Amino acid sequence: MPAVHDRGGVPFDKPIEKSDHPIQDWEVRIDGLRAVLARKGLLKTDEMRRAIEALPREKYESIEYYAKWAEAVEAILVEKGLVSKADLDRRMKGQTR
Amino acid sequence: MAAQTSTKFKAGDRVRVSSREHKGHHRTPWYVKGKSGVVVKAHGAYTNPESLAYGGSGEPAVQLYLVQFRQKDLWTSYGGPDSDNLCVDIFEHWLEPA
Repeated sequence: MPAVHDRGGVPFDKPIEKSDHPIQDWEVRIDGLRAVLARKGLLKTDEMRRAIEALPREKYESIEYYAKWAEAVEAILVEKGLVSKADLDRRMKGQTR
Repeated sequence: MAAQTSTKFKAGDRVRVSSREHKGHHRTPWYVKGKSGVVVKAHGAYTNPESLAYGGSGEPAVQLYLVQFRQKDLWTSYGGPDSDNLCVDIFEHWLEPA
């Protein structure tokens, strides 16, 4: 079975969802964050791809495009020791310290 | 980008895509592995995504080719015309002469 992202030609029983939605503020911010990190040499496109491909299949199949980006940015920054998972989790709960 | 002037293949050459196992990040789709096609164009050398994906420099750069496959060679149940093709960019280290 090919890896989860390597899906060209894999049968799919539902019609492709073609409707568009207005871009969300958090999506723009994730793209902005990714661009700044790339400009600073902290994150490469290929690293992003590798992190997205490493998502567990269930998560990969269930979250949307920019959520995959957010997951990948977090994974790479944690991997490089630039942020800690514990810090991120605290901030996500609204705690500042 | 480091200059890599020698190309192993040229337009018109028949090539086969390696079907070797590769666990890490790479940009060769599963459905062309082990399949034969024809080089359409040599794009030049590009930094290697298999190194870039892990924080590496991507050097040495690797030749990238546009390779054309017949759709009916890729999909056993392909129902379209025999003349249908699919072109995929593939790095040189995934190709062997066919």
